[in-house]
Amino acid sequence: MIIYIARRLAQSVFLVFGAITIVFLVLRVIPGDPASLILGSQATAEELEAKRQELGLGDPLLAQYFRHLGEVLRLDFGESWRLGGDAFANVLERLPATLTLAGYALALTLLIGFPLGVHAARNTGKAVDRLVSYLSLTGQALPSFWVGIMLVLIFSRMLDILPATADGTPLALVLPAFTLALPFLGWLARLVRNGTLEELGKDYVRTARSKGLSERVVFNVHVLRNTLTPVVTVLGLVLGNFIADAVIIEQVFAWPGIGSLMIESIVNRDYAVAEAAILLIAIFYIGLNLAVDVLYFYLDPRITLETV
Amino acid sequence: MSALLEVTDLVVAFGDVRAVRGVSFSLSEGETLAIVGESGSGKSLSSLAVLGLLPAQARVESGEIRWAGEDVSAMSERELRALRGEQLSMIFQDPLSALNPSLTVGYQIAEMFRRRRGLRRDEARRRAVEAMTEVGIPDAARRVGAYPHEFSGGMRQRVMIAMALALEPRLLIADEPTTALDVTVQAQILRLLRHRQREGLAMVIISHDLGVVARTARSVVVMYAGQAVESGTVADVYIAPAHPYTLGLLDASPSARDSNREIRPIDGYPPDITALPTGCAFHPRCPFARERCRTEEPDLREFAPGRSSACHYAEEVLARGAAVDHAGA
Repeated sequence: MIIYIARRLAQSVFLVFGAITIVFLVLRVIPGDPASLILGSQATAEELEAKRQELGLGDPLLAQYFRHLGEVLRLDFGESWRLGGDAFANVLERLPATLTLAGYALALTLLIGFPLGVHAARNTGKAVDRLVSYLSLTGQALPSFWVGIMLVLIFSRMLDILPATADGTPLALVLPAFTLALPFLGWLARLVRNGTLEELGKDYVRTARSKGLSERVVFNVHVLRNTLTPVVTVLGLVLGNFIADAVIIEQVFAWPGIGSLMIESIVNRDYAVAEAAILLIAIFYIGLNLAVDVLYFYLDPRITLETV
Repeated sequence: MSALLEVTDLVVAFGDVRAVRGVSFSLSEGETLAIVGESGSGKSLSSLAVLGLLPAQARVESGEIRWAGEDVSAMSERELRALRGEQLSMIFQDPLSALNPSLTVGYQIAEMFRRRRGLRRDEARRRAVEAMTEVGIPDAARRVGAYPHEFSGGMRQRVMIAMALALEPRLLIADEPTTALDVTVQAQILRLLRHRQREGLAMVIISHDLGVVARTARSVVVMYAGQAVESGTVADVYIAPAHPYTLGLLDASPSARDSNREIRPIDGYPPDITALPTGCAFHPRCPFARERCRTEEPDLREFAPGRSSACHYAEEVLARGAAVDHAGA
């Protein structure tokens, strides 16, 4: 158990290093000279050269990489030239908004997707079942930025019942959270539906019925408990995806989270902030994956070290 | 003595395909009946029909099932539920898949007391420990919180038995109760079941294992391709089988007493129930088959008191079978 967690932890650390390396390389490849960005177009050639020296841009790439690695490990991404102050602090400041959005989206996914899936499993071939397969297909096929724009058009512009952008009211959460949730909602409903159907066909269900238990107890106690395990673990992954997907959705709804901060920073060549934001999202994603794997042990009593 | 369970001309069908084709058997209080046959012969379906637990695609097409004189097929789902566990229980072949993997064995047994008898949680748990002790699970007080996968196959089947017998039903249907277990454990489980028989529990044992049947049941119904082909007391049928299929089964199973006897498997394969042969369903595999067997389907007829066979030439088979000694089986 401990060995397994340690192994997964080591893998995660390796992944984080990979993420740091890729971000480092990509940001070096993007055209544009950081020195001229910082100093502006009026800067003289001497000033630019001095700034490049100061930033260490003339050093070999490998030397830059290791220096950079040290800085990242100290969470020192440098100053934000656009917002002022420490880049990482700027990102952290935006984190609660993203987490709130992802949290609400998760609640929506769960509260709608799970009952919908269960309902579909109990009424296969009926309207609700068709709705689930339709929802899971379209939900995943439609690009979320388009869905977001359409929802704004319908609910804000035409019906005028929900705010289109973050105006500080709780209602402002509805559209972005729903847009974020939509692809996963249908997907979860489908997962729950198929999982429930599979469980319903198992021998232990027949045993439960042979015990004279009511259909309600057979379903709610015996079947649901077994459908729940894969769902709970999958939710961790969904949350990770929400934080990653927030990059686009926050942009559409002008939601003040790390996603929109990241895009703004990239557009404005504020690489220190962009890098901090990207890495934070990556670490969240990797961390949630790790958490899910560990959670598996506690939820399914059958999983032992030998089966991993 | 009136019958506890009486099944008459039961037909179970999957759509147009009849998997059980007119089976009858009956059982008195405290009696044990064995249903023998290869897999796919319809023996499990017949018993599932009794509890109203047929798979979703299957249904009882015709026939009658009477429990203590009452027509089971006329009962509402609610009345049937009241019967299950309380009057008749069932244990299954593979106790690992038959138990819920994510509930503790204690919970699954205690559930009988809690939900069926309305006992409080701690009281139900105490009764579950008792029930586990009674079926010979050592250290039950500690193991009550364990999950099925933490038990051995034999212990799991004991859990199933404890659960099935928790409410002291009058009949236990045991569907291949020892097939998934190794031989020594098999003997322990059979001993446990026989102990309950002596206390007055009626049983229907479904098995393909003639040894298990000989050790538990008094009378036997042999099934082939969804029909009863022979019935009688175990002693009579084993000594003098009156259907070529029974004869074949006996020749095909090892005998503990007569280890020198040659084991001869039955030629061919069980028929496809979607495309049964004409006439007698067994004729393609039958060493006695004649022209009549290909065209005319034999009825199950009582050729001697308490003995029936669905073979046109039952008397001939009887004479041939008697010549060979099957007493050891």
